[in-house]
Amino acid sequence: MTTALETIKSAIDGNDVVLFMKGTQNFPQCGFSATVAKILQHVGVEFADVNVLADPEIRQGIKDFSEWPTIPQLYVKGEFVGGCDIVREMFETGELKAFLAEKGVKLDEAA
Amino acid sequence: MPMNAADIEHLIKAALPDAAVTITDLAGDGDHYAAHVVSSAFAGKTRVAQHKLVFDALGGRMGGELHALALTTAAPKP
Repeated sequence: MTTALETIKSAIDGNDVVLFMKGTQNFPQCGFSATVAKILQHVGVEFADVNVLADPEIRQGIKDFSEWPTIPQLYVKGEFVGGCDIVREMFETGELKAFLAEKGVKLDEAA
Repeated sequence: MPMNAADIEHLIKAALPDAAVTITDLAGDGDHYAAHVVSSAFAGKTRVAQHKLVFDALGGRMGGELHALALTTAAPKP
């Protein structure tokens, strides 16, 4: 039996970029989650998504794990980057691409 | 029960007394706000740490009563 915490840790450890979100990247079910998914798609980064609506234990578990009260939550190479507001601000200032590049995350330049 | 903008501002200022707080009611429904908070307490901190200070100030309301608070934070410009 895998616990929610183990699932969360393996998603973070097993993916360079992972978004804990409501819905999926192709079918987001919350405006904030949709915004972050769209930004990541726009900068051309491939990312894994974890739909917190599919499992209430993960929905609460990721909030406890990150000590962050809202969804979505973005992790890059094991590091918590932030939620919708922070990702949006980083995108608007150009920091997001620089941050991803610095972390060695491959971007699809055609995007 | 939605919160009004003044309550949000009071909570933030109680925890961060020097904070300049600008709150915008995005939808005019008393439920979807944007808050911009400038405080010297944010100096040298990451955005995640800055936001956590505001969440702490809001005492657990973020993500509950306050579903839709768009937050931006900054340290005062020197």
